[in-house]
Amino acid sequence: MNKRRPVSARRAGAIEPELFSWPFTDGRGEVAEPSPPPPRRARAPDIEAPPGTTPESAVPVSALAEMAKAVFDGAFMPVWIRGEITDFKAHRNGHWYFCLRDAAAQLRCVVWSRDQRSIPAPPDEGMQVVALGQLSFYAARGDVRLTVRQMDAEGDGLWRKAMERTRARLDADGLLAVSRKRALPAFPRRIAVITSPDGAALRDIVAVARRRCALVEIVVVAARVQGDGAIDELCDALERVARWGDADVVIIGRGGGGREDLWAFNDERLARAVAACPIPTISAVGHEIDTTICDLVADVRAATPSAAAECAVPMMEDLRAAIAMASARLGDAMVGRIEWARRSMTDSRDRLRAGVEGALDGGTVRMRHAAARLNDLSPLSTLARGYAAARDERGETLASVNGFVPGQPFQLLLRDGLVDATTNRVHPGGVPGSDGSRVA
Amino acid sequence: MTFESRLARLEEIVGELEGDDVALARALKLFEEGVECLRAASVELAKAEAQVRSLVERTDGSFDLPEFRGRGA
Repeated sequence: MNKRRPVSARRAGAIEPELFSWPFTDGRGEVAEPSPPPPRRARAPDIEAPPGTTPESAVPVSALAEMAKAVFDGAFMPVWIRGEITDFKAHRNGHWYFCLRDAAAQLRCVVWSRDQRSIPAPPDEGMQVVALGQLSFYAARGDVRLTVRQMDAEGDGLWRKAMERTRARLDADGLLAVSRKRALPAFPRRIAVITSPDGAALRDIVAVARRRCALVEIVVVAARVQGDGAIDELCDALERVARWGDADVVIIGRGGGGREDLWAFNDERLARAVAACPIPTISAVGHEIDTTICDLVADVRAATPSAAAECAVPMMEDLRAAIAMASARLGDAMVGRIEWARRSMTDSRDRLRAGVEGALDGGTVRMRHAAARLNDLSPLSTLARGYAAARDERGETLASVNGFVPGQPFQLLLRDGLVDATTNRVHPGGVPGSDGSRVA
Repeated sequence: MTFESRLARLEEIVGELEGDDVALARALKLFEEGVECLRAASVELAKAEAQVRSLVERTDGSFDLPEFRGRGA
């Protein structure tokens, strides 16, 4: 459909020289060119007249249109024009058709599907745009049309629109949710850096990482970050890091650049690859003012590659402090545990002592009491008052005269000793008045 | 064991030591282990030197980490 011949080829075309010269006449029908000379017009009709100069030499529409195209297309360089979009149609053949107009004029425009890659998003109706296009004559319709190859709306409108569309799709899938954001590890061991191996971003990240902490290893995963193939390489790199699985954090990014340079980081496929990365991600694209779709999807957005390294790499001092703190806590915990053991031991001892003493004290009181009672009841106290007790050979107390048989030996128990004695005579019934029963 | 996992283990140890029902013998064992963790972490810090490597995937799907030689290093 679109003949992309070089302008010079189109200019020369296959147009015959005399045809080419023909249209340059003034409004009165006079040939503006010095040739052909006027006498030729006076010739008879059967003599060959220049095409189109007589009814007999009329040229076909297509010949004139072709001629117009050759003149027209050669007369204009590609130009940037400014205007408002109307009648926009994204045809199902893949091409976009619309008009660009201002207060006084309008032009039909087309964007071939293959040129749409360089335009971030289709324009909206009524949008003020600037478009780079080649004005050409479209013979089949007999009209003039602008073949647009680049376009943007005022204030980066189309780029913003493209980003918004991508963002909305990701948001609909929940990929921008704050709840998805993972925390970065406090003490990462290995940090994968997906970026250009020659770029300023890598240099900055390595410099910051070295300054902060020598413990962290930087693993470079090389990928093109702009131009053709950048998106593929960035997605591949993310997948490779995931397959490798031995990094604690991934930084993906690049240094500053123009909007087109950063555009890969607004790609939906890359955004989805970042979201799918099983390792926490930091996005660091361009400068502080640049926010990309990749930034929105990553777990952490760093303003610059240096800032990404600051986020990811702990300070050596922090590591030392962490050790010191852990050490102090461990010591405190152990001291606490020992203190607790000591306290519970003391407690046990005290309780044991109290128990024993209590038992002892109680025993003493009871023993004294019992001893006193025992003393009261003891025959010894009676003996002490001058009485004696008689016992037989077996030690049984002889409390009755019935226990005595004349001639039977017995013992007398006195306050201060024993006396062996023998029964002489027994007097039952009453205490003898004299010393009859009193034993000598 | 990484620095981070050592610190995590220390956290666990301290947590258990601070608990109520750890026997004294167990506490002493934990303490010993904690001290060892601390020592190893300190050693790791002391010997660390910054390294920049490249991620290279071999055809068999395994990975290699040669030293990075580029302008960024």
